Amino acid sequence: MGDAEIIPIGTRGRPGRGTGRPPSSAARQLAPGKPRPRAARAGQDGTAAPDATEATDATEATDATGEPTGEAAAGAPAPEPGPAPAPAVERGPVTTTDRGPLAGIPAADWLAAFQHASRELFGEQWEPQLARFLAFLRRRLTGEYDIDEYGFDREVTERFFMAALRPIARTWFRIEVRGAENIPATGGALVVSNHSGTIPIDGLMTMTSVHDHTGRFLRPLGADLVFRLPVVSSMARRSGATLACGEDAERMLRGGELVGVWPEGFKGIGKPYSERYKLQRFGRGGFVASALRTGVPIVPLAVVGAEEIYPLVGNVPSLARLLGVPYLPITPFFPLLGPLGLVPLPSKWLLEFGEPVRTDAYDDGAAEDPMLVFNVTDQVRETIQQTLYSLLVQRESVFR
Amino acid sequence: MAGGHRIVLVTGVSRDLGRRFARSVASDPEVRRVIGVDVVPPRGDMGDVSFVRADIRNPVIAKVIAKEDVDTVVHMSVIATPGATGSRGAMKELNVIGTMQLLAACQQAPGLRSLVVKSTTTVYGASSRDPAMFTEDMEPRRAPRAGYAKDVAEIESYVRGFARRRPDVRVTTIRAANVLGPHVVSPITSYFRLPVVPTVVGHDPRLQFLHEDDLVSVLRHAVVTDAAGTFNVAGDGVLMLSQAVRRLRRPSLPMPASAVGRVGSVLRSARVADFSPEQIGFLTYGRGVDTTRMRAVLGFEPAFTTAEAFADLAAVLPPTGGYAERALGRLARALPSSPEGAADGGLPRRTAPGTSPSGARHG
Repeated sequence: MGDAEIIPIGTRGRPGRGTGRPPSSAARQLAPGKPRPRAARAGQDGTAAPDATEATDATEATDATGEPTGEAAAGAPAPEPGPAPAPAVERGPVTTTDRGPLAGIPAADWLAAFQHASRELFGEQWEPQLARFLAFLRRRLTGEYDIDEYGFDREVTERFFMAALRPIARTWFRIEVRGAENIPATGGALVVSNHSGTIPIDGLMTMTSVHDHTGRFLRPLGADLVFRLPVVSSMARRSGATLACGEDAERMLRGGELVGVWPEGFKGIGKPYSERYKLQRFGRGGFVASALRTGVPIVPLAVVGAEEIYPLVGNVPSLARLLGVPYLPITPFFPLLGPLGLVPLPSKWLLEFGEPVRTDAYDDGAAEDPMLVFNVTDQVRETIQQTLYSLLVQRESVFR
Repeated sequence: MAGGHRIVLVTGVSRDLGRRFARSVASDPEVRRVIGVDVVPPRGDMGDVSFVRADIRNPVIAKVIAKEDVDTVVHMSVIATPGATGSRGAMKELNVIGTMQLLAACQQAPGLRSLVVKSTTTVYGASSRDPAMFTEDMEPRRAPRAGYAKDVAEIESYVRGFARRRPDVRVTTIRAANVLGPHVVSPITSYFRLPVVPTVVGHDPRLQFLHEDDLVSVLRHAVVTDAAGTFNVAGDGVLMLSQAVRRLRRPSLPMPASAVGRVGSVLRSARVADFSPEQIGFLTYGRGVDTTRMRAVLGFEPAFTTAEAFADLAAVLPPTGGYAERALGRLARALPSSPEGAADGGLPRRTAPGTSPSGARHG
């Protein structure tokens, strides 16, 4: 055991990185106290001769500082000349670029990695898949895609918006859809829904669910605030929304679109948690007039679950007025937890589409008869309210 | 000028679109003579059009109409930006007072049979409360308070007043969407001519365009047709601004609306681009107009869609960006087999340099 190689572990209390080697000159300068003469230390550590590290350390120290400065220079006795300045000059300082992580990988490996990644992403048929994806990217980049007159971008809605919302709808809210067969497969129809949840997530979830169950795109009608806000406005137009006004609603319905409307508006979405599942006034019945004029069926929709995602317990009206928004919500978690408070609670959602209310049986001037419009509005509102009550009874709990 | 009977007076011929329209209508078989009127002589070739140097802002115009026995007046002398006139005051003077004088002269002309006014869809304004598509009977959601939009609104109200006072004259108002074309110099074309296109951050307006050739032909059509009233005229379809900028292969620079306005005024004072203040609203909220009446009542079909009109402008503008697209194109070409047809999932691909015949053989 006498000739066993001694591998020192740790630095034995001296400054350094635990390599067992003497600390670098930079580390030595950090350490308190005077550096010891180099030769003595070398002998003590048992290394036969100062190796290349030692030499580069020496050159680096002089390179970096230029001239010896500070306490090291003032307090230290003149260090003995290092034994190996000559090899250091020959070798030159080691730079990090020489050890670049990508330097040593051959092109064939790159290609193989690329092919493997493509196969992982696109499956065995990766070449046409990748070509299709590239074509899609190019089409987006060159603007060679079509939008309709409302700004609806079908491709981006299907590939991005729906794809992003679908997991939320399925796994976070576990949406259960009933009565999807009440949505007409073709032609114009007006889906009328209750509105709740502080942020119009119920609209997005309804759009996703309708698309998943019928393959049709629900074209939502939004308040003018939606089209005033930056980012929101361009996303809304792209996903098929348009302004909630009679002209646009009738134009879309005449064009055979499936239009979604939330007649409660901000009164519904911004109501306090204590008033959950109590329908507010259904606007002025404009949606019924539009349906009567175009003769399309009205499909009532009751959404249960959206009330609980952000329980609205307070409001800051003065700040809301300042910001020009209808209300500024306070929930148990927002603004208390900051951005984390924006995560919706994972309530269980039920969507029930009711029996369509036909409007084509009325004669032409029906939309100009306010009493008839009020009656139909009340009929739709009552249907939704009753469905809400029955769904609430069926629901086991908020989160199951 | 071959045996027709109409004598047409065209105002605003010193500008390019006015001159082109005057030349075009002169070749119409129904038209005997075309008189072009403006304060300054036109620069280009006028062809068969006789030019009369007159200011529509003073009563001389009435003498021209009476002396030449004009039966059709085409009013094109409405300008969108102060431009060469110098100031907003002069622009308003030319637009509003000029129209008033012209209409007063028209009212005094017993032989007048039709009046065609080139208006613009700018009268509808642009706001977040706009319906997706304006029809002719809709009002702007917010009454314009200043600038070109207000001028045009006033001009249209004077024209309506004239139509009431002279029911025997057929009055046709053409509300044209933003006119585009390789030769057009307008606020919107100089905007797209910028090497980096500033956009309003977070907003992506819908735009509608009318090709310059279509403007000339719709005005010609309005001269000879019997249809009276107000008509929206625009190419089919809409383009989003982001889409349009991508088609130009130019980079866009999103910035707040106020900054876009400031850039616009700096460019205007530097005489680089002709920006109008209404343009900020247009570039924020966009505008769409319904052209059902154009087809059904006026009986006009534009030759260019919005996208085609824009492509015609884009063809003369060299791309200043589009590096990512080119890199993707190279990558697509480098793929071992680039399948044809099926690659797009049935969607038409207009630019397909990535496909090759060899790929078709493989598939």
